[in-house]
Order: sequence, then structure tokens, then C-alpha cells
Amino acid sequence: MSSSRSDLTNNTAADPRRPDDHYDSAGPGIAQPTLGVVGWLRWGWRQLTSMRTALVLLLLLAIAAIPGSIFPQRMANPNGVTQWESDNPDLFPIVDALQLFDVYSSAWFSAIYLLLFVSLIGCILPRTKHHLSALRARPPRTPARLGRLADFRAETLAADPERAVAAAEARLRKQGYRVERYDSGGSRSVSAERGYLRETGNLLFHTALVGILVAVGLGGQLAYTGQSVIIEGTTFVNSLLNYSSMNKGRLVADDALAPYSMTLDSFDVTYVPYGQNGAGQAGDFSANVTVREADGSSEEGAVRVNHPLRVHGDAVYLLGNGYAPTITVRDADGEVVYRDSVPFLPQDDNLTSLGVVKVPDGLEQQLGLVGFFYPTQAELGTGAMTSAYADLYNPVLTLRAYVGDLGIDDGTPRSVYTLDPSGMEEIAGPDAEASSLELSPGQTVDLPGGRGSVTFEDETPEGADVDEIGYTESVKRFVSLQVHHDASTGWVLAFAILLVAGLITALLVPRRRLWVKVTPDGDGARVEYAGLARGEDPAIRRAVDELAAQHEKDLRG
Amino acid sequence: MPSANALLYDTWSVIALWTAIAVYALAFICYAVDLAKRSEASVRQKDRQAQLVGAGGASVPDADGSDEPVPHGNNVMARIGTTLTGIAFLLHLGATVLRGIGAGRVPWSNMYEFAMTATLLFTAVYLGVLFWKDLRYVGAFMTGLVTILLGAASMPTIYTSITPLMDPLKSTWLVIHVFVASLATAFLALAFALSVFQLLQARRERRAASDDALADKRSLLRTMPSAEALEGLAYRFAIIGFIFWTFTLIAGAIWAQDAWGRYWGFDTKEVWTFIIWVLYAGYIHARATRGWRGTRSAWLSIVGFAAVLFNFTIVNMFFEGLHAYSGID
Ligand code: HEM
Repeated sequence: MSSSRSDLTNNTAADPRRPDDHYDSAGPGIAQPTLGVVGWLRWGWRQLTSMRTALVLLLLLAIAAIPGSIFPQRMANPNGVTQWESDNPDLFPIVDALQLFDVYSSAWFSAIYLLLFVSLIGCILPRTKHHLSALRARPPRTPARLGRLADFRAETLAADPERAVAAAEARLRKQGYRVERYDSGGSRSVSAERGYLRETGNLLFHTALVGILVAVGLGGQLAYTGQSVIIEGTTFVNSLLNYSSMNKGRLVADDALAPYSMTLDSFDVTYVPYGQNGAGQAGDFSANVTVREADGSSEEGAVRVNHPLRVHGDAVYLLGNGYAPTITVRDADGEVVYRDSVPFLPQDDNLTSLGVVKVPDGLEQQLGLVGFFYPTQAELGTGAMTSAYADLYNPVLTLRAYVGDLGIDDGTPRSVYTLDPSGMEEIAGPDAEASSLELSPGQTVDLPGGRGSVTFEDETPEGADVDEIGYTESVKRFVSLQVHHDASTGWVLAFAILLVAGLITALLVPRRRLWVKVTPDGDGARVEYAGLARGEDPAIRRAVDELAAQHEKDLRG
Repeated sequence: MPSANALLYDTWSVIALWTAIAVYALAFICYAVDLAKRSEASVRQKDRQAQLVGAGGASVPDADGSDEPVPHGNNVMARIGTTLTGIAFLLHLGATVLRGIGAGRVPWSNMYEFAMTATLLFTAVYLGVLFWKDLRYVGAFMTGLVTILLGAASMPTIYTSITPLMDPLKSTWLVIHVFVASLATAFLALAFALSVFQLLQARRERRAASDDALADKRSLLRTMPSAEALEGLAYRFAIIGFIFWTFTLIAGAIWAQDAWGRYWGFDTKEVWTFIIWVLYAGYIHARATRGWRGTRSAWLSIVGFAAVLFNFTIVNMFFEGLHAYSGID
């Protein structure tokens, strides 16, 4: 390998500028600060923008990222944090105070990457300025004694010296070198340099890093993400009110949401049949929707996994799906007091689902129903029920019923998915005289005490061939969708592409100098070839040899 | 969609794979014997420095920096090792292709398949590199690593039969992301092996400089390039691995954007991919920092690859996260 640390030709204006502690830099290392505030500031700045600091900060960044993979993070896995808290109640406050549940927004993690980027900017600005002028610099003067370079060879050729040097110049120019003639005394020489692109790539790479950080930072302020649930046949109107949860950046205006609505026409899913590997596994999800614009025009689309639907710059994702049994509650006189399709939240892969029905009005007392829906009901060894398959082969709904105060009249916000039965009286279920209500689609059962009845509606479309499809369309499905808007993704991607382009150039383009020096020697000429690598250049030796061979050929041909 | 004959294809794939593992193990033994012979040969052989002086250094100015190993008289075992590695590679390739046909998709969608494809690329890259440079002295490491990884992946806890893909995995970005990650890992593995030899060589060179007796002692390291040359080789593999790794990171982010609605969320696997990326960026910087070039930077290459292995094994199997596709229960 060739040394690139030659004193012969260091430090010309064309060299890329490097921090003092770069191994290839001529600098004396970081000098002691001269006295005075300015001296200290300058010394501090040079410390911060040195290679060693950058390196230490990079390693710190790697280490600081590790705890985030060990402790659950609030941002990614809030339930995990709650779980951790209940598992380790004593340790939790300490760990939380150390911000180990919010590693990537913690003070210490932020400090490391902010320092790193200050260092980075302090590093690239002077280098860019320097590089812009280096791009116009002439290749350096030919060293007096080429023979002292590691990659050197000499030949004696029978050729006219001027013709020889001109041929070398033409050859090098053709190979993409920037060339300059330096003649002195008896000898003529050509000095050539290539690979300015290496430094361009390096600067592009580091600048793109800053670009990504800025785009990600600004993007977060301008982005919003909302989640909502849509049941088959119903429509979602895109406004803040209709989201079950919404996260928005600080710079998102309240009226930023585009006015459109989305109807879930149908939801497709297939299951791997019994008896095959992966039986019961669901796939090929597709939420088929109709999107209606404010002007009344409409368009059909599908939300699938890996294929978000784009609407007005929003991307709509499919997060989950489940069943929404349609339940009707009648009073003692047979009047309908409640009728709705209620999303039941899946608890396992076979879609055993948990749901809640709240009937606040129309009955003598408020009524709450809590229970499970089993798309294919089966019995466990213990006698408990479970679902054995995710499709609707033997759908069964079991409900415990409570009467009393639902606790929703005082205005306290309550989740529609939970019911707090304390203070209510259980009228059907394990702790009541009557056992739980158990229904298949189309069935109705009476509430104990002549309070009325509950019906599990069969939603199978009219005219469907029931012998053929069985129960498979008897219960509506719901999807939970995520609507995501982030204008920065395009920018981040663009910087990422620049980053890769810069990286490849910076790492793979060789930067080197070549010299050809011709001294008259009797009838012919003594021709010296020498090369000097600037930075990593495993092929420098070959480059010198090839130059010599081609040059000879040019002269002969 | 898996083929109708998935089971048949998979059975043959498993048979081919076990045969490949056996042949890899044989190749490993041959390479190990070759290493042992090298140290014997080094006694009879002059040290490279000595040779240089004898040959009149001036005419071969670059000889001491050569990154070719000193040829040693009897390298039959290395040649057999390479032939066996080639045979094992073909069997391994067959096993991987059969698995792919059986599954009706690319064979790198769960941990078992990923191990199979990644190690296939390890061997492909190693054999490919041999055309360019004589690196048979890392053959024992490469075949040993592949034998262990493949053997472990074929254990009942990790082996998974062919199952249809889960929806999030049906993505072209998966195909690209995982393939490039494996390719990156292959280059980083070579860099790792060379960095280990570099450390050993540097230690021997330091000792030999202060102790003449040691310079003549038998050591397989004496047949190997100098620490500086090994470092140069390791660096070249590491930067190629790093470029692929950068690409892996970006392809993963694009896929995450499609599948999960955000390109970056500090999911466990994302965190580790990032940590590895930063470690190697650190390594590249260290090589350019005064006082860090040489032994210290070699340690970073070693730590970097340790993180790669950790990510592939421990993080896949034991850390919670969205990337729960190892296929292991
Ligand atoms: C944000 C963190 C940083 C990362 C991820 C990073 C990454 C890299 C990578 C991958 C390379 C090799 C590719 C190339 O040559 O362009 C490199 C080279 C380089 N970086 Fe950085 N860098 C960072 C910060 C810095 C800082 C703060 C400085 C200034 C002190 C710096 C100075 C350099 C220099 C001078 C080189 C050229 C090394 C050589 O001569 O081979 N970098 N960096």
C-alpha cells in the first residue's frame, strides 16, 4: 500500500481542508489556547469541530441509542410502559426520571446529536468554502525528486522529449485528469490531478445529513396522524371531531384537514384453510372505500397493507380490523330503544373480541352490556369459550348485562370500549341469577325481569345463498384506519438519495496525483512516472504502471 | 402462494442444506489445517522483511506493503478447502432455490430463510473475492461462521416450515431491504475477520520489533500481510458493507412508510440498524483520525460486527418490536 503521508507535496491549496487531527493533515494538533476570551473560544470551537470530537460523539450516539431498545418507549409502545410500571413499581420513578422511557427525545440524547450536528456544520462550512476555491486550483508543481515517492518508475525511451511530454499530457487529460505543464531547467513535466469529486461527495454526504435532520425536525411540526374506526356501510367525515385519536404537530392549523368523506363499502380478507400450514392466518386485507369530495364527485379506492391510499396528500393506512355485531335492544313493549353495529376489539388471532353496549335511554334503568364475540365458537378444556378460527363459521355473542348508572350523564368522558360496572346491578352473568345472554345471528333473547329483549341481527344480505355461504356474511366488519399527513417525507427521501450518492462518490472515487517528467537523455529521453494517493486509493500503484505502459504505446503508435 | 408441492420441495431443500452444512464443516477443517501448516511453513520461510532485504529492496519498493499473503510451500489443504466451499455453496444454493420455489416467493421471509440466504451470500462474496485476492487465510473463519449459523438455523426451534406470507411482508421493499442487508453483512463479516487478523498481526509486529527472538518464532501470522495492509483490506470491505448498510437503512424506512405509516419510529430493529450504521460511520472516521488509525479503529470494526450478529440473533429472538417476523413462537 502506498503512503499518502508524504511531506513532499502536502498542503497545497488544492488539498481538501481537514480538521487538525485528521491523520492526513499537516496541522500540529490542537495548539494550546492563547490567553484571552477570544483565544479560548477559538480553542473550544476547534475542539468541537475536530475529528476526535466527531468520533467520540458518534460513539456516544450509538451507545445512547441502546437503552431505547431495552426499555419500552412511550412513543412507540405506551402499553409496554404501563406494563413495565406495574411490573416494577419501585424502580419506575427512577427509570422514568432518567428519561429511559423517552430516550429519543431525552435531554441527554438530544444533547449528543445536537452537539454532533453543531460540530458537523462547523466542519462542513469551512471545508465547503475551501473546496469551492480548490476546484479552481492548478495541480501542484512537480516535485524535484520524483524518485522519493513510493509509487515511482522510470524508463528510458527513444523519443523526442517534447513529443513525449505532450503525449503524456494528452493521455492524462483523456483519463479525466486536470493537467498543468511545469518545465524547468532541462526537464519538462506534466502534473496531473483527479478526484476532486471525492471531496464533493464527502461534503454532499455530510450536508445531506444536516438536510435530513432539518427535514425530519420541521416535518414533525407540520405532520398529523389520526385514527378512526369505520364500520362496513358507514361513512367517515374527515374532521378533527371524528377521529378517535389525533396527534398533530405544533404548526398544523385547525382547519388543515381536507374536507372529504370516506365510506367503507366492504372489507375483504382471506384465511388460510384448516389443514394447511399457517391455518387461520388472515391475509389479503382490503378495505374498499368510496371517497367523496366536497364538490360531490367521488372515487373508489382500496386501503391495503403496504399500499396506503392517497387522498389529498393524506395517506390512509389499514391498522386493524374486526367484527361489529349489530345489536338491537327493545323495551318491554317491543319498541326499539337501541340499534347499532358495535365494534368489538379483537383479543387474539382468531378474533375472540371484546365489546361494550351502552343503552342510556328508553328503558326504566340504564342498561350496559359487556361481552365477547366468537366468530367460530369453541369450548376449551376448562369449559371456557374461545374462538377457534377467525372467519364466521359459528358466530356466537355472549353478554353480561348490568342495570343502573352508566356514569355518562355527568359529562365525564368515557371510552366507548369500556364499561365500569361498579355501582350497577348485574342482571345476567356469572354473578347474577340469570346466566349470560348467548346469541347467534338472528336470535333474540329476553332480558331478565321483563325488562325487554336483545337481538343479535343477522346482516346476511337479502337474496344471498345461505346454504353456500353459511354465516360468513352475517356480521359486519369494521376497520381501523390511520390517516397520516407528512409533507416532509419527499424531502427526507430526496436528502437520503443525495446522501447515498455522496457516500458512494466519497468512498469509491480515488483522488490522486500523477506526474510525468521527461529529461533528455542522449538520443532519447528518460521518463519518470510517479503517483501520490490522496486518501484511500488501493489502485494507485496500478495507475502508475498503466500510465507508463499506455504512454509507451502512444509514443510507439 | 406456496407451491402445491411445498412439502416435497422443502424436504429436498432441507436435505440439500444439511449436506451443505456437512461439506462446509469439512471445508472448515481443511482451512484450519492449512492455517496450522502455515505456522509450520513460517519457520522455514524468511520473514517478509528479511526477504525484502535479501532481494534488494529498491527494485520492489512496495513489497513490504503488499496485501498478498506470502505464498507458502504446501497449500494443498487450502485448495481443497476452497473446492469444498465451492461444492457446499452449490448445495446451499440448491437448498435456497428449492425453498424459494416451494414457497412461491423469495426465500428470505422468516429467520430460518433469512439465515439461509444471508449465509449463502457470505459464501458467494467470499468465493467471489478469491478471484480478486488470495484471502484463503480467512476461509476458516468464513466457513466456520457459515457452518455455525446454518446449523443453528436448522435447529427445530428456528426452522419453520413453509407458511404463506403475512400481509406486511408482501412488499418489493422487503425483497430489496433484506437482500441488501445480507449482502452488507457478508462484506462486514470479511472486514471483521481481517480486522481480527490485523490486531493479532499488530501485536506480533510490536513484539517482534522489541524482541529479535520472536521475529523468528513460528507463527501463521508471518505468512500474512502486514497489519497495515490487513487494515487497508478490512477498510475496503467495510466501506462496501457500509454503503450497502446505508441502503438497507433507507430501503427499510421506505418500506416502514408503506407498511406502518411512518418511515422511522425507533422500533427495536430500527434502533439496532441505526446503532450499527453509526458504529461503522465511527469506524470510518476513526481511520481518518490521528491516534485512532490502526488498532483502535480495528476494535470498532470488531464491535460493529458484534452488533450485527447481536442484531441478527438476540434482537430478532428476544427483543419486542414490530419486526416480529422471525416465524419463531
Ligand atoms: C453526523 C455525524 C457524522 C456522520 C454520520 C459522518 C459520517 C461519515 C462517513 C460515512 C464518512 C466517510 C465517507 C466520506 O468520506 O464522505 C465520513 C468522512 C469524513 N467526515 Fe464525517 N460524519 C459525521 C460528522 C462529521 C463531523 C462532525 C466532522 C468534522 C469534524 C466530519 C468530518 C469528516 C471528514 C474530514 C471525513 C473524511 C475522512 C477521510 O479523509 O477519509 N464528519 N464521515
